[in-house]
Amino acid sequence: MVRRSPPDFAHYLAKKYMRTEMLPTAFCPGCGLGIIERAIIMAIDELGKDLWERTVFVSGIGCSGWIPVYFKCDVLHTLHGRALPIATAIKVCRPELNVVVTMGDGDSMAIGGNHLIHAARRNIDLTVVVANNMLYSLTGGQVAPTTPQNVYTNTTPYGNFEPNFNLMELMKAAGATYFARWTTWHFVQLKNSIKKAMEHRGFAVVEVVSQCPTYAGRYILGKPDPRDFMEWFKENSVPVEKSKEMSEEELQGKIVVGEFFKRSDRREFAEKVHTLIRAARGDSG
Amino acid sequence: MYFLASCLVRILGRSFPLKKEKKLMIGYDAVTDAAILAGCRFFAGYPITPATEIAERMAEKLPKSGGIFLQMEDELASINSLIGASWAGFKAMTATSGPGLSLMMEGLGYAVLSETPMVIVDVQRVGPSTGMVTYPSQGDVCQVRWGSHGDYSIIAIAPASVQDSFDYTIMAFNYAELYRTPVILLMDEVIAHLREPLIVREDVEIVKRKRPSMPPEEFMPFMPKPGEYVQREMPALGEGYKVIVESTMHDELGYRESESHEVGSRTIARLWNKIEKNVEKIAKEEFYFMEDAEIAVVSYGCPFRSAINAAKTARKEGINVGVVKMITIWPFHDSMIEKLAEKVKAIVVPEMNMSKIVREVARAAKGKAKVLGVPKLAGQMHTPEDILVAIRSVAR
Repeated sequence: MVRRSPPDFAHYLAKKYMRTEMLPTAFCPGCGLGIIERAIIMAIDELGKDLWERTVFVSGIGCSGWIPVYFKCDVLHTLHGRALPIATAIKVCRPELNVVVTMGDGDSMAIGGNHLIHAARRNIDLTVVVANNMLYSLTGGQVAPTTPQNVYTNTTPYGNFEPNFNLMELMKAAGATYFARWTTWHFVQLKNSIKKAMEHRGFAVVEVVSQCPTYAGRYILGKPDPRDFMEWFKENSVPVEKSKEMSEEELQGKIVVGEFFKRSDRREFAEKVHTLIRAARGDSG
Repeated sequence: MYFLASCLVRILGRSFPLKKEKKLMIGYDAVTDAAILAGCRFFAGYPITPATEIAERMAEKLPKSGGIFLQMEDELASINSLIGASWAGFKAMTATSGPGLSLMMEGLGYAVLSETPMVIVDVQRVGPSTGMVTYPSQGDVCQVRWGSHGDYSIIAIAPASVQDSFDYTIMAFNYAELYRTPVILLMDEVIAHLREPLIVREDVEIVKRKRPSMPPEEFMPFMPKPGEYVQREMPALGEGYKVIVESTMHDELGYRESESHEVGSRTIARLWNKIEKNVEKIAKEEFYFMEDAEIAVVSYGCPFRSAINAAKTARKEGINVGVVKMITIWPFHDSMIEKLAEKVKAIVVPEMNMSKIVREVARAAKGKAKVLGVPKLAGQMHTPEDILVAIRSVAR
């Protein structure tokens, strides 16, 4: 086997944290996942280099599953929907590691929905970045549990009649202890929320509404230009504080962004497991 | 004398029980005790009859040994968490039955492709579907080999007693490390709930996880040594090796190569060969009364017990019958069956299913002996008489 050689071009952060020999990425031009990659890298960079050495990435299947495969780090690119049980086991076995999970909307809310609610119920110390492009895009544009109403996709040729999930409400009810939602337009806020999520001891979810110009751009927005998508994010997002004063009708079609909740009243799962083991072995310390 | 005997047995390649303890034990206790002795420190499972007791015992025993027990939300989560735990450096096990095993098939394929050691105990019950929940079966023997999509090979071991359950659980953990693969322990409801005397050996050979012998910049997690098919060395997460554990087709470094026919062919062939080309090292069987046998009963699991009884009765009737107990079912030991077919005139294969392994036996026998399957369905064990009838029919 011949090792690949890295290209001579690369951003300094890419040289530091990415497997540059694997570049360019598989993402379409204008995709939002590159922005999310950079937000994750900058979040860890700002939290200190030693954190990167302790970080393990776990991802599922879909375009979002490719986010961490370019990272110069321990990475598990797993099965569709199954990132969370794998991440749960890693965190319980090695509590000192910073376990970061990247998933898409279908990955987390459809095929992996059961794992998501149970990971939240356990309040296991994971940072989960959900890239929500409102569509199944890797498979060519099919309806997802997040696709807006009446949108035409390849599997809703007469318009989408499927109600949506609200990930924030779902996570709140299931027991997650940190939740933030941003769009790729809000880069700095996104990066800061990922930092907070990594520092938070418990199940922390950061949802990123992300543009897929190739499919979502054409099917949802009606135009494939990523710049239009970013403009749409900017104009349609409402800060969480402001949304409280708005009626349900006014919020139709809007993306509510911000930090929704942060709780510290629930004990973390891996810590509970290890307390139990120490007690079972008769070691109170 | 003792020293001499011990030396002799060691020379013959079998570990002698220097320190031993005899006790009455139930099948699932033998499995869980052996697993912990073999170094298992992670168990994840989901309750399912008749495998639940294994999870219950692990929940009790593992924390006392410093191990982790998790009851997951389903079998999909169970098998995937084993992959996480195994790469975190833990020896890991789960236990399930038919419906759970069906759910695990996708995860099994990921474990195969990512070369992740783990042990899956399948306490077989009657299928298809929910089937007959509390009755034994051998209906999953082909599913464990062929159940996940794509080309791969796997190791499956079938105990026929409580002692076997103990010994073969250790064998399963050792094979999982030696070949970096999931290994399936094919129990059934009867063996799991059987209470028998068990000799607990404590000087058993335990294969440890092999750590990388090279620094991260030179190490390739999926590159075997020249002439070998398996890279035994496996780093744990967080050790600086920066591994990619891919479910996509990958090269020897773990990098995704989902569009290269060359790399794909190389990886698939290696995964197949690391089991199939090592069949002579992996395959294990025991022979009973085979010296002068004209008819052989090839069996595994529960039917072996009736086969021994049937062979003794047949010998009283003047029919020279021997019994082969297959310890490993997969990889299938073709050469052993072919040699057997050259020696005997007929092979009888009693199975608690519609006759599955008998097809492998017939294929490997290459027409050199008559092969007859003896199916037994819906949770019934073969009586010695069932096997005797088949023996008499081929003896004529």
